Amino acid sequence: MMSAAEYLLPYDFSPLTILAYVLVLGFYAYGLFGMPESERPGGGRIFVFCLGVLLCYAVMQTRFDYYSQYMFFVHRGQHLILHHLGPILIALSNPLPVMQHLYRQIPKALRPYLAPVGWIYRVLQQPALASFLFFGLIYLWLWPPIHFDAMLSRDLYWVMNWSMLLDGLLFWWLIFDPRSPITTNALGYGKRMLCLAVVAIPQMILGAIIVFSRGMVYDVYEVCGRAWPMPPETDQLLGGLLTWIPPAMMSILGILIILRRAMRDDVNRPTHARAKEVTQ
Amino acid sequence: MNIPATVQNRFIWVLSLMILIAGCSNSDRNWNAKDISGLMPELEYELINASGEPVTAEANAGAVRLMFFGFTSCPDICPTTLQKLSRVVKELPDEAKKNVEILFVSVDPKRDTPERIKNYVEFFGDRITGLTGPEKNLRQLSKRYRTTFGYEDPDEKGNYAVSHSGAVYVFDRQGRARLLVRPEQSVDEIREDILALATGRA
Repeated sequence: MMSAAEYLLPYDFSPLTILAYVLVLGFYAYGLFGMPESERPGGGRIFVFCLGVLLCYAVMQTRFDYYSQYMFFVHRGQHLILHHLGPILIALSNPLPVMQHLYRQIPKALRPYLAPVGWIYRVLQQPALASFLFFGLIYLWLWPPIHFDAMLSRDLYWVMNWSMLLDGLLFWWLIFDPRSPITTNALGYGKRMLCLAVVAIPQMILGAIIVFSRGMVYDVYEVCGRAWPMPPETDQLLGGLLTWIPPAMMSILGILIILRRAMRDDVNRPTHARAKEVTQ
Repeated sequence: MNIPATVQNRFIWVLSLMILIAGCSNSDRNWNAKDISGLMPELEYELINASGEPVTAEANAGAVRLMFFGFTSCPDICPTTLQKLSRVVKELPDEAKKNVEILFVSVDPKRDTPERIKNYVEFFGDRITGLTGPEKNLRQLSKRYRTTFGYEDPDEKGNYAVSHSGAVYVFDRQGRARLLVRPEQSVDEIREDILALATGRA
């Protein structure tokens, strides 16, 4: 029997992954304590940010990862967190003020060297490319021969999980960018909603294909042994459902959040304010 | 920097195509089994052989090794696979036969004593090495080859099933992981692959 502590220890210890998480949380805390109180996010937002980060950490560096490697449906749950839920929470917590504060700490002489990062970021955040990358990566890693290799090769497996997490962060940050498109050059609300709809459809199609396929689509779990004896059809059915339903729901939820923001912004629109002044 | 989205999309397509082509082209041969060259580390283990002595992969270095996980009380997949593999080896030309070794790794060390494993593998043929070890070492080995095993709860007579990989891991004479043989492959298909590896034609 395993003790509770063993469930919290990584199955496949990855020093780089742990370092990345320590750095993210460390810089976040450093920014929080260093910034003026007026700009500091409230307790709720800090909690949501940490929850998002810790959820992603938990599926990568605890016993959860073991089950993700040997059960298809747990693997789908892992990607649901890495590519959807974790990044959604992180983006909704709006860490922008903390990041802006941290950016101001970087010596001016060093900033030009960071410019290439900005270029890559801006290319990746083109809405068409971002949406394509978002569902394209899901299709890539779930393409049966590639999925087979990714589950067999330790290196590929890590590339897969990290690429899902980073792409999830990019996409959901584009969608939930807290800056208003009216006052800044952030992506317009209509385009954001369109992106959410565009990425939902291919995910639903893929999920449905997996759910309704009669044969085994992903036999690597057959070949390499399952974590516990579960009928392969059940495993595949659950995995297909996890690919299909929750991502579709998250897209709809995202559209509702954006719609609310759009309505709120519309009320506060400068032109409206002027119109009010004129009529008063 | 404003690159039109269509150009970017095309770039991504070309990139993914290149990755695909690179992934397919590392073998100039069409294997019947799944080619796993470069995906897994070299053969390495610290186990106990059927005489109860500690052994490492050095013990049969230079041979093509067909590694298979199982347990001697296994009702179906282990005897079928061992029988299939020993037929593969038996029907190889003598020249190739001496370069091939089957490794049967029992992941049920509680019940499978070295003696029991010895009787079991001898029943199937003479080019089979029976191996087992402490559960920790077995876990290490299975993790290295990205597989796992688990035990069912014992019934009132103390019998229990063990879930384990159904695949055969094939290592070439240099100890590199080369092929993954799926349970449904036929003796002829497996033999064709093993012959190519054992005679150094691939």
